Amino acid sequence: MRVSVYITPKAGVLDPQGQAVLGSLHSLGYTEVADVRIGKYIVLELEGADPAQVEARVQEMCSRLLANPIIEDFRFEAGS
Amino acid sequence: MRFGVVVFPGSNCDADCYYVIKEVLAQEVYYVWHQETDLSPYDCVVLPGGFSYGDYLRCGAIARFSPVMESVRGFAAAGGLVIGICNGFQILAEAGLLPGALLRNTTLRFICRYVDLRVENTGTPWTNSVDRKVLRIPIAHNEGNFVADEETLDRLNREGRVLLRYSDPEGNITAEANPNGAAQNIAGIASENFNVLGLMPHPERCSEDILGHTDGLTIWRSVVNHFERGN
Amino acid sequence: MEAAKPVSELYADLGLTSSEFEDIKRVLGREPSAVELGMFSLMWSEHCSYKSSKEALKMLPTQGPWVLQGPGENAGIIDIGDGLAVAFKMESHNHPSAVEPYQGAATGIGGIVRDIFTMGARPIACLDPLRFGSLDKQRTRFLLGGVVAGIAGYGNCLGIPTVAGDLYFDACYDENPLINVMCVGIMPVRRIIKGAAATPGEAVILFRNRTGRDGIGGASVLASQEFDETSEAKRPSVQVGDPFTEKLLIEASLEMLDAGLLVGLSDLGAAGISCALSETAAKGGVGMAVHADRVPLREDMEPFEIMISESQERMLAVCEPAKAAAVIEICERWGLKATQIGEVIPGDKLEIYWKGEKVVDVPASSLADGPVYSRESARPQYLDRVAAADLSTVEHPSDLNDVLMRLVASPNLCSRHWVWEQYDHMVQLNTVVYPGSDAAVLRVKGTGKGLALSVDGNGRYCYLDPYTGAQIAVVEAARNVIASGAVPAAITNCLNFGNPERPDIFWQFIRAVEGMSDACRALDLPVVSGNVSFYNESFGEAIHPTPVIGMVGVLPDIEKRVGIGFQSQDDLIVLLGETLPELGGSEYLKVIHGLTEGRPPGVDLAKERAVQAVCREAIEQGFILSAHDCSEGGLAVTLIDSCWATGLGATLRVETDLAPAEWMFSESQSRFVVTLKKMDLPRLQEIARAQVGVPVEVLGWVGGKHLVINDWIAMHLEKSREAWRTALENILA
Repeated sequence: MRVSVYITPKAGVLDPQGQAVLGSLHSLGYTEVADVRIGKYIVLELEGADPAQVEARVQEMCSRLLANPIIEDFRFEAGS
Repeated sequence: MRFGVVVFPGSNCDADCYYVIKEVLAQEVYYVWHQETDLSPYDCVVLPGGFSYGDYLRCGAIARFSPVMESVRGFAAAGGLVIGICNGFQILAEAGLLPGALLRNTTLRFICRYVDLRVENTGTPWTNSVDRKVLRIPIAHNEGNFVADEETLDRLNREGRVLLRYSDPEGNITAEANPNGAAQNIAGIASENFNVLGLMPHPERCSEDILGHTDGLTIWRSVVNHFERGN
Repeated sequence: MEAAKPVSELYADLGLTSSEFEDIKRVLGREPSAVELGMFSLMWSEHCSYKSSKEALKMLPTQGPWVLQGPGENAGIIDIGDGLAVAFKMESHNHPSAVEPYQGAATGIGGIVRDIFTMGARPIACLDPLRFGSLDKQRTRFLLGGVVAGIAGYGNCLGIPTVAGDLYFDACYDENPLINVMCVGIMPVRRIIKGAAATPGEAVILFRNRTGRDGIGGASVLASQEFDETSEAKRPSVQVGDPFTEKLLIEASLEMLDAGLLVGLSDLGAAGISCALSETAAKGGVGMAVHADRVPLREDMEPFEIMISESQERMLAVCEPAKAAAVIEICERWGLKATQIGEVIPGDKLEIYWKGEKVVDVPASSLADGPVYSRESARPQYLDRVAAADLSTVEHPSDLNDVLMRLVASPNLCSRHWVWEQYDHMVQLNTVVYPGSDAAVLRVKGTGKGLALSVDGNGRYCYLDPYTGAQIAVVEAARNVIASGAVPAAITNCLNFGNPERPDIFWQFIRAVEGMSDACRALDLPVVSGNVSFYNESFGEAIHPTPVIGMVGVLPDIEKRVGIGFQSQDDLIVLLGETLPELGGSEYLKVIHGLTEGRPPGVDLAKERAVQAVCREAIEQGFILSAHDCSEGGLAVTLIDSCWATGLGATLRVETDLAPAEWMFSESQSRFVVTLKKMDLPRLQEIARAQVGVPVEVLGWVGGKHLVINDWIAMHLEKSREAWRTALENILA
């Protein structure tokens, strides 16, 4: 089973990359862009198909390793 | 005094710390491979700078799961001295042995240069021999932007656990003196019992006359002094 | 395998000429297989075979009693005494960096670092000479930012300090930047190892990164499939660097060498495994049998792709069969995958098997040696025009303070700290003199010695006169090293030129090599390694011919090192050498008058040798307090550099027949500015008298907060320093 994990900077944590890209978009004339947050997209290929179990395991992987809860939020979805 | 310098795959300041402890401090020192788990021979454990596991995913995120880190946790809980420099600080933060996290520098660039650091508390194992208000020590990092929530920052301040802040040469804490965007110019913090120190600057890089500055030596000397007084 | 076309039609697509194809058939006594043809096309490419440059490079001196390894190996090696040797080399990564600056520069560092530890040396420093187009172009800024970040991202991760480099901007590099990279390593003499197999039966082991389709160039026409919707996926991908793995390769390789496990060690660079296997076998005068299907892959690949892939961070080790297990064990401890892919066999054949079938059967040396060409050469016509320029009619501005301010804040003369502060230049605790000086100085731990490292190469001089320009690159690099207190020991080079099939370009190349050769002979400097990069063009125009020199000098006693900064009030400022009216090719002409004309400053090798000897001897006697080589920007820029370095001003009373602008901005060679105590002046004069043609001219004294030169210049140090220091970041902001 394929699980997509999205990791983003926590609300309120400064995202220097996002701020730089925001500035750059503005200077290119895309002034309608109000904010940019840059995160990570991680694709996991898992063996096993019990959705409940997969969810519990991925939840654990995210909070232990893939994301740092002090600075990052995460969400994930099954399927490609 | 006996030091153990931990070597993670990708550590690159391990040899520098080893060299200074042995050749300059003239103390006993051994390398500790990341898969080792017995830290009982050591009086102080050093987590050196570098790019453990390539800093892939997040700095320190993978190293914190090394077998040695479980032992470091126990060693610290028992009051053992642990110093994490640069990547070592990042690992300690990821492991939860120190609060907060280290984000990318606001400049989005790696920064290698000398900075001035105001010493905020000289009553610790790491700073007891510091005889001046401001130390000049180099930084070399891409992710040294310290963040923590307000409550944590308040607590760190209240308990005197912020040991070093980026400052100007006179010791003023200014935005211009902050190289990486760190909250409240924080460059180094200690654990509740002060036995664990995490800092972004590299004291090992300025511990010999030939390298131009020796302010880093005051930190190393403090550790030895603390140890010798206690025994 | 089946090729889409017969090899008799394929060779041209692969960049081989018909006569080269005939040569291949003659060597083999038959038509090559498609895999063989792919291997020949890469090994006989200019990049791998040096077929256009090989003859000319024979002019360069390569010998010296201290040379342990000259050109022909992964890196040159010199003996520095105390049982220690220094390995170093420079090469280019120009074209990959023009496509993808971050990864291009990063993999450039990866390649040159592998060349060094492959010889058994621990890499201790990188130096990066960079050339970019006009800074007012968006593309230049993109390339500069990416290249610097790439060097930093890779080099910093490895824990190898980047201690020096240089950076020039000129429109001739707009589309084709030059990313030259140099690495220096140190080792016990006994650990030197060469990339050679020795005895049949030895194991051939490939370690670390899995092989993918990285950097497979024109050879992709060999794919057996017709082009269809899957073609996109088969396109060669940009090589991506993995510094973490490289760091592990360094540690594992040095550990194997320390344990005496290896017979030969080689990295996989250009032409990948084909190059590593054929050179290792050819140098050892043996054959090799290798199973391509044992090579660990990242994706499904055909044998020819495996043989020519340029996937990064791979090494090839040759060891006695009994030691293979120990080699593999060390790799595993460092988390590296190691696979025995074949063995050394008697004879001289390189045999490659694919699932049991022999797909390659060629003499190893036929791949490794390649063809040699004598290219046609003709003096370019533009030279008459630029040399005829009458610079005596140039009108010098009256406000010379303004001229100096504009010069020091110009792209080629302003501070480079924006660049080198992104590089870790301190790790390993050896860097004693930082970037921004004449030469970086590293201590050699465990000895009282030091190494002085410098790079140099001015493309504008070489454009105006390739012979003189190349000489200047050598003598100036030597002066940089001498000014820091070292004795120049040997050089490496990277020769960046346009298309060698063009007679005018080839003429530039030959003249530059001649100039370099003459200068090296005059200064007793062997060339122990190097690299040639042809086909550097921008909008169909060749870049300025740009030979770049990397110099290694040795300080017998590091305590005698000297910096560029003025030391104390009232020290005498003395010029060694003579200032001539030589504004041709100068930064002054370029920045203030927009001209790239005239003749570059002349080089008199006897005079150069003499002034270097005087400076060297004076530093050795210990009374020189600061020393700075005069180069781009002229005396005024040299002087203000020395002021800024320590914040001490200077007052000069100059008597000269030259126009003030000529005296201040001429880039005459063979000059140093030194400072000393007044009482030591007779000692300096006596040393100079022992040489012929070295004037010693007292210019003034150190002191104050301004640089004052007659009534020409009165410049406040702090304000001007800020303009110089922030110029580059302001332009980039």
